[in-house]
Amino acid sequence: MNLFQTDVHPTNVSSASPTHAAPNPHITHWIKEKLKSRVHIWQLVSAAVTAASVPAWAAADPSTSVFSTASTPAREVHELSLFVLTVTGAIFVAVSGLLLYALVRYRSRSTDTAEPPQVFGSVQIELAWTIIPILIIVVLFLGTARVLFSIQDAPKPPSAVDVTVVGHQFWWEFRYPKYNIVTANELHVPLSTKAAPRPTFMKLTSADVIHSFWVPQLAGKTDLLPNRVNEMWIDPEKLGLYVGQCAQFCGVQHAKMLLRVYVDTPEQFDRWVAGQQKVQAEFGSPALAALPAAVNQQSARSAVPNLPPSMQTQAGSSLPPLSDAITAHSGQLVFEQQACINCHAVAGTVANGRYGPDLTHLMSRATLAAGATTNTPDNLKAWINDPNGIKPGSLMPAMHLTDRQNAQITAYLLTLK
Amino acid sequence: MDTPIISVPGGIEGALDRTRPQGKKGTYLEAIHSWIVTVDHKKIGILYICFGLIFLLVAGVEALEIRIQLLVPHSTFLTPASYNRIFTMHGTTMVFLVGMPILFGFGNYLIPLMIGARDMAFPRLNAFSFWISAFAGLLLYYSFIGGLGLAGTGTAPDVGWFAYAPLTERAFSPGHTIDYWAVALIANGIGSIGTSINILATIFCMRCKGMTLLRMPLLPWLYATVAFLVLVAVSPLTAAQAMLMIDRYLGGHFFDTQAGGSAILWAHFFWIFGHPEVYILVLPAFAFANEIIPVFSRKAIFGYPAMVAASVGIGFISLGVWAHHMFTIGMTSVGNAFFTLSTMIVSIPTGIKTFNWLATIWGGKLRFQTPMLFSVAFLFQWLIAGLTGIMLSVSAWNWQLHNSYFVVAHFHYVLVGAIVFMIFAAIYYWYPKMTGRMLDERLGKWHFWLMVIGFHLTFDLMHIPGLMGMPRQIYTYEPDRGWTLLNQLISVGGFIQAVAVLIFVYNLVHSYFRGAVAGPDPWDAWTLEWSTQSPPPAYNFAVDPVVASRRPLWDLKHPDDTDSAFE
Amino acid sequence: MSIVPLEHVAGEAEWRMPSRGVVGMASLITAEATIFTIFVVAYLYYIGRDVSGPTPKQVLELPIFNTVCLLSSSFFIWLAEHAIERGKMKAFTLWWSITFLLGAIFLWGTGAEWYQLIVHDHLTVSTNLFGTTFYSLVGLHASHVIIGLLMMLVVLIFSLTKHLRPQHAERVKVLALYWHFVDAVWVVVFTVVYVVGR
Ligand code: HEA
Ligand code: HEA
Ligand code: HEC
Ligand code: CUA
Ligand SMILES: [Cu+2]
Repeated sequence: MNLFQTDVHPTNVSSASPTHAAPNPHITHWIKEKLKSRVHIWQLVSAAVTAASVPAWAAADPSTSVFSTASTPAREVHELSLFVLTVTGAIFVAVSGLLLYALVRYRSRSTDTAEPPQVFGSVQIELAWTIIPILIIVVLFLGTARVLFSIQDAPKPPSAVDVTVVGHQFWWEFRYPKYNIVTANELHVPLSTKAAPRPTFMKLTSADVIHSFWVPQLAGKTDLLPNRVNEMWIDPEKLGLYVGQCAQFCGVQHAKMLLRVYVDTPEQFDRWVAGQQKVQAEFGSPALAALPAAVNQQSARSAVPNLPPSMQTQAGSSLPPLSDAITAHSGQLVFEQQACINCHAVAGTVANGRYGPDLTHLMSRATLAAGATTNTPDNLKAWINDPNGIKPGSLMPAMHLTDRQNAQITAYLLTLK
Repeated sequence: MDTPIISVPGGIEGALDRTRPQGKKGTYLEAIHSWIVTVDHKKIGILYICFGLIFLLVAGVEALEIRIQLLVPHSTFLTPASYNRIFTMHGTTMVFLVGMPILFGFGNYLIPLMIGARDMAFPRLNAFSFWISAFAGLLLYYSFIGGLGLAGTGTAPDVGWFAYAPLTERAFSPGHTIDYWAVALIANGIGSIGTSINILATIFCMRCKGMTLLRMPLLPWLYATVAFLVLVAVSPLTAAQAMLMIDRYLGGHFFDTQAGGSAILWAHFFWIFGHPEVYILVLPAFAFANEIIPVFSRKAIFGYPAMVAASVGIGFISLGVWAHHMFTIGMTSVGNAFFTLSTMIVSIPTGIKTFNWLATIWGGKLRFQTPMLFSVAFLFQWLIAGLTGIMLSVSAWNWQLHNSYFVVAHFHYVLVGAIVFMIFAAIYYWYPKMTGRMLDERLGKWHFWLMVIGFHLTFDLMHIPGLMGMPRQIYTYEPDRGWTLLNQLISVGGFIQAVAVLIFVYNLVHSYFRGAVAGPDPWDAWTLEWSTQSPPPAYNFAVDPVVASRRPLWDLKHPDDTDSAFE
Repeated sequence: MSIVPLEHVAGEAEWRMPSRGVVGMASLITAEATIFTIFVVAYLYYIGRDVSGPTPKQVLELPIFNTVCLLSSSFFIWLAEHAIERGKMKAFTLWWSITFLLGAIFLWGTGAEWYQLIVHDHLTVSTNLFGTTFYSLVGLHASHVIIGLLMMLVVLIFSLTKHLRPQHAERVKVLALYWHFVDAVWVVVFTVVYVVGR
């Protein structure tokens, strides 16, 4: 699939089938065994989620100040900004000092009605305050240009990690072309030290409107534009979680298009990569496996968010009845029979939609829907029930599921680690 | 107040019309009718100013809604969609329906009086321009009622005042929100272009005898620059809006990225308009300062020729800096460097102006009446605003600051701290001329000090959340970012400003009926508008004045020390 | 109260200002020229960026005859200006009518070209970027021709009904200024659309 194709409308994408591995019979079997006891699963999963969402680096201060920097581009800008602040501060002190002096010194006394001497100008003085600013500007400009070129035209070392960032209304898609990973909203990058530089170079583009990638501690912002690829890089030198958010107005939920960047040790990062590369198992029965094609066709239109919900559930209701058990297994069947798979992908299964975030490793993320809420089973369920209740204006429609279906899907999603 | 009989070199004492206005004016209906059909530049000027002041209240209320919403994280005072409409309408209104009309209003009112003319060059075009702008304002606000009605804030535009494509395309903005925005701004733009043509023709063709270009007061000079900028800057906006409408209604692809169109093109077109636009707004504010500061310092403006050159220079340079609003959009490093430099160069002519004001004050005898108080505050605030502008123009730093509250602080510092403050100063200064009554000085001081406190509380603090990473145009924010307290203080400042504005409005109304009678020349000033009655008769001057210097009334009052002797 | 007599005031007895009409029209032309510039920039920017056809090369013909008509009309309107200045109203009416006719031919030619493009080549505003930018730019110019023709028609009617007098020369001049501008724009549009863009 072409990474830079800008046409990511659901109607086009749902037909483009990415290559996904056939379900591994061993894993399927193992999961089936595990799923026997529903209670255990719930406990297991919630424990896992808690563990995943409170890792060591969560203690780090998620500051967004442009003055607490942890990566070269941000730090160089920080140093430059101090220089500029000094110069402009000096100008301020000088000019406002003169002004204050004049205001106090030349205030009129009520007794004195004669007009002051009229002065019309002075070429020397005026020349002076033309030339001095010119000199100041030369200095400011040279200082800026140095940092500007050093950041923007920095060469890319071979050790660099490549990431493609695709902006969507209102979430982030991250692709690692070299590792064949697609994830969303939470970016993982390796630590980059002087000794072992491993910067991350990002290509930025957008699937719809203009967005802007901004994590103040790591670098300045760069816009993501449809039909165009921009670039930026970071080389975080401290482990931890860095937060930021979309910085170009992109519609209703621009405010909740939050960003999280995790800086991992090389080992953590490699483990994370390996984890993300795993595909999920398809435990649907062969009979059902054939169905999704039909579902796909029928509900392709319902991927368009504006379609009335009645049309969207019709697709599901025309299918044979499912098991009532609230298990991940039945959850997957419901998930695949609903329109979910038109918009969402779960690698290894028939779900291959590209309109919404990739859910393959949903449970490896600490937040849901671009930071709109934390990733807990309750929130997940609430989200699926009514996305607009959590993030009004989000482009995921409420699917009008029954409570049972919702619980089933949630149980399934909770297995997507 | 009894005024001395004044005469002007060359003999304009006959210009004074000493007949008292007749008592009875006719019915209200007739009065309203006379305002609607008027082609008198003074009435049109006042219409413009009142229109702008009403919208100042409206957009101010919108600002207060923004501030209430941002008081606490995860606030639900406004829905996300309403918030987006509110700040879009706030920005659009303040720029197009407050700033432009008030500034054009003063231009209309003052230019003919200052250059000794009886009216604008094209009175009917003038009336047409005003009414089409007024129509644009009503159309824009009709959007609140249209569509789903008031409950969901209707179909008011919701894409920010710079309305970046492709968000404005049909695919992402169905309905009529954008249509209201684009059509209203096209109509408003036609009005602005009409007025500018008029201003240029007036300034170049209607000056009274003896008023060479270099004897004009500075105000007409700045307005000539503004009018030129409107011609070459508002037109691109009009063209871009036309393209947008072609896209939306005829299925065109100008900004349709799916068909190979470009998102950046709109940004360029908008800011080719948008940047000169901010100078269109600030140059009249400079013009007021150029008139008020000398009078209250009792000294001639320092370095008149340099002031003229600097103003015209600002006008030209400002045409080449627009992309400093687009440093993050992905320009090449050379492009970024170029626009950094060109932007910084603007500070040279603006610096000249700033220093010349300082030098005008230097050695004067300052009178701190309300117009001067606002002008002094303007000088400090303009300095700070300009310096934050310089910080923003440092392109590398701009990658951090862009679209953050630091930018919001910068531009309110200029738009409120410089422009609104100078509009207040101008109203205190020329209100006596327009109505024949003085504004109340005591209320004026209350207005001033509350405004200063409110302004600084709001907009000084606003820089900090920007530096702490708070983006603009967000309807809510996370509690863990440490922005909450600052936002609350900022909101308090907003409300203090509101109190100040209310006092001002009260003063305007109260003084109209109760204010002290002003007489032709209450400030002991020097330009021609003060030689005629307050309010001036319809024909301005009974006899066309003839002037021999930049300060005809100074010459008149100081026959032994005339300016004209030095020219 | 004293009056300060000054020599140079007396010297300025001859106080002449430029014509309002000319300054006003020059200002309008400045604004219009900017609008055209924006459309021209958009046209140039999008040349060759289409994702689908037809391309300019495939469908556009050089409108030589049209161009000659429009450009020569500038010459005739200049003759008309001269005539009215000298008070030769008959000659004025003749030259003015020729100008009007040439403008009308141009407009008709554009109409024919569009008919060809829409009906035979299936190029409309919504077809592709070329269609969008082409119809907008050429259409913008054509709309100016229409406005110019309407105003010239009014003058023509006045002159045929003998309501036009030599003292109206200045107004006619202002109108002629506009027409020269419309012609000058065509030179740019022609270059951009038919020479560079093909
Ligand atoms: C009237 C309005 C006005 C005025 C006058 C200005 C004046 C200036 N502005 Fe501002 N600006 C806006 C209104 C205005 N601006 C608005 C509305 C926006 C945001 C639009 C949006 O995104 O919604 C904006 C945004 C904006 C940006 C983009 C920010 C971003 O979005 O990333 C930049 C970047 O360069 C900038 C720079 C400047 C500069 C350098 C000046 C200069 O003209 C200032 C020059 C003045 C001085 C420097 C002070 C006096 C000089 C001296 C004392 C001499 C000595 C000084 C030196 C040698 C430095 N402005
Ligand atoms: C001239 C221009 C101008 C002026 C004067 C103002 C004035 C104010 N602005 Fe505005 N503002 C803009 C131009 C202006 N603004 C622009 C261009 C934007 C960008 C929009 C965008 O991003 O698209 C913006 C955006 C903007 C934001 C950012 C919104 C966001 O990005 O999410 C904020 C937030 O605080 C704000 C606040 C204020 C405040 C508190 C004032 C105060 O100074 C207002 C003070 C005035 C009042 C408070 C009026 C009081 C009146 C009454 C009390 C009357 C009540 C009585 C009756 C109705 C009879 N403005
Ligand atoms: C019309 C397309 C569409 C359909 C159908 C759809 N989604 Fe979504 N989904 C989205 C979009 C778009 C988002 C991102 C929302 C946001 O962050 O603003 C999303 C987000 C999510 C998330 C959060 C993902 C994350 O990474 O934080 C989950 C979980 C989810 N959807 C589950 C489902 C389930 C379960 C269904 C079916 C019952 C479903 N979706 C149907 C479009 C869709
Ligand atoms: Cu995406 Cu704002
Ligand atoms: Cu600017």
